[in-house]
Amino acid sequence: MIGDRLDVEKLRKGFGDQPAPGGASAVVVERLGKRFGHRVAFDDVSFEVGYGEVFGFLGPNGAGKTTTVRTLGTLIAPTSGSATVAGIPLSAENGPAIRARISIMPESPGLYLRLTVMENLECFAGLYELDDVRGRIERALRAVNLLDRAGDPCGSLSKGLRQRVALARALLNDPAVLFLDEPTSGLDPVATREVHELIAALKERGVTIFLTTHRLEEAERLCDRVAILNTTLRLMGRPDELRAQLFRRSLDVRIRVPLADPEAVLGALREVEGCEQAPPVGGYTLAVSDPEIAAPAVARALVGAGADILSIAESRHSLEDVYLELIDEDVEAKRG
Amino acid sequence: MSFSWTRVRAIVVKELRDYRHNRFVIGTMAFLPLLFIAAPIVQLLTVSVSATSSKLDARVGISLLYLLLVPAIVPSGLAAYSVVGEREQGTLEPILITPIRREEFLVGKALAVAAPTLAIAYAIFGIFLAATALFAHAGIASAVFSGSHVLVQLLFTPLLAGWSIWVGIAISARSSDIRVAQQLSVFASLPPLAIVALMQFKVITPSTGLALALAAALLIVDVLGWRAVAAMFDRERLLTGFGK
Repeated sequence: MIGDRLDVEKLRKGFGDQPAPGGASAVVVERLGKRFGHRVAFDDVSFEVGYGEVFGFLGPNGAGKTTTVRTLGTLIAPTSGSATVAGIPLSAENGPAIRARISIMPESPGLYLRLTVMENLECFAGLYELDDVRGRIERALRAVNLLDRAGDPCGSLSKGLRQRVALARALLNDPAVLFLDEPTSGLDPVATREVHELIAALKERGVTIFLTTHRLEEAERLCDRVAILNTTLRLMGRPDELRAQLFRRSLDVRIRVPLADPEAVLGALREVEGCEQAPPVGGYTLAVSDPEIAAPAVARALVGAGADILSIAESRHSLEDVYLELIDEDVEAKRG
Repeated sequence: MSFSWTRVRAIVVKELRDYRHNRFVIGTMAFLPLLFIAAPIVQLLTVSVSATSSKLDARVGISLLYLLLVPAIVPSGLAAYSVVGEREQGTLEPILITPIRREEFLVGKALAVAAPTLAIAYAIFGIFLAATALFAHAGIASAVFSGSHVLVQLLFTPLLAGWSIWVGIAISARSSDIRVAQQLSVFASLPPLAIVALMQFKVITPSTGLALALAAALLIVDVLGWRAVAAMFDRERLLTGFGK
């Protein structure tokens, strides 16, 4: 289905002529909060997103991700804090100006199903008061490879194709900041991969992307930095930084037959700070300060103890591990 | 950013295209008025040739008042759908994400409802005039075609439609369910219906002064209605269920 793939080159070249906005950061958020009555949607959230950065916003359901996006998109008024979006201070008066410079792709495409793809995009081009409407729509549709479906009613498109139309719509005004709210929610693996390619291409083009997602591998693959939100901002940084913050460095060791006294063989080593058994049988996780120094010492000790070594490797913690660790902490804290 | 007619036009065009793709919407709007036209025509065709001029005037007046119910009743369903319908089909958020102001959105919605309403109301009036010219006796036809009656119809049709549209949109902006909004919007036609009833039962006597006073009142209500509905239109409440 090569012909049906996204036109990544087109995305790299760009669509419109919106000048690069001024200011050091695309989004600056300072102690922002939103309450609905007594319910706290999110509180005391601060972060910055640089121009050209892909910023991942992770969190469980109800963590306040969508509310944060809606607040930054001036759809909802914050109850505390301040923010600057695309170089413009967040306020009700600045709402139209901010919304003209950004795009938000909500989780649900929200297309007019009786209207054709072209008619949907023409409506939004009008709402953004764009010039060269036909040209912009054609470029956006070509980029998501839907030009040949321009005359089709949106109701006749699959979910994945509707998502592509929504992406084309979000690109129409060549936004300074593109907010993508769960862009791959409910998509099959092929459609998901295509959306990932689109985001990667936009990233190469220098578009600032604020990506909320449940898919941790998506965030790990696409985002320069991620923030984990659970009403308050729990952690923020590059995925490898987050791993380093939350997890001690360690070695995963597997031997054919379990040691009779692992503490005597491994725990006694100067390079090893802690030893515990890990599944499967014959597996051990060793806390170490420097895996490159510890690994040879561990190998020598195991060989000396007559063990058959199957593998020794530095433990790899995924962003999912980081995320689950934090969310579990929150659950424990609530129980406590 | 000031009020933009380009954005208003985008909403109107989108709505008209939606009607074109779903002709049933306009078809059902036009169906009820076609039933409505029967009573006024029968009223006029059954007047005796020897009827006194006062009786003639009364028949003509009541018939034309019936026709003014058309612009009051026809737009209520469509107006009631305008905001809550977008919300329920998930298209409101993408619209509100754009730079559009609530005033622009509402004017666009109102014009999109007004266009078919006025087309239907004037078409019905045209049919009524044609039937009168063809089948009513000369005295009746002359009374109906008098300049003041035609002028009243032309003037009151958009004013009454405006009233009904803003009431419908106001209900739509505050409702969370399409069915509730459409049922409540029927009440928009009650005040015009009450005036017709009061005139029919001779509680109110139609006069030029009364007509001008009603027209002025409706004009003020229509302009204030836009402002009032804009104030009631709260993005936050529409998207989250919380808010003003």
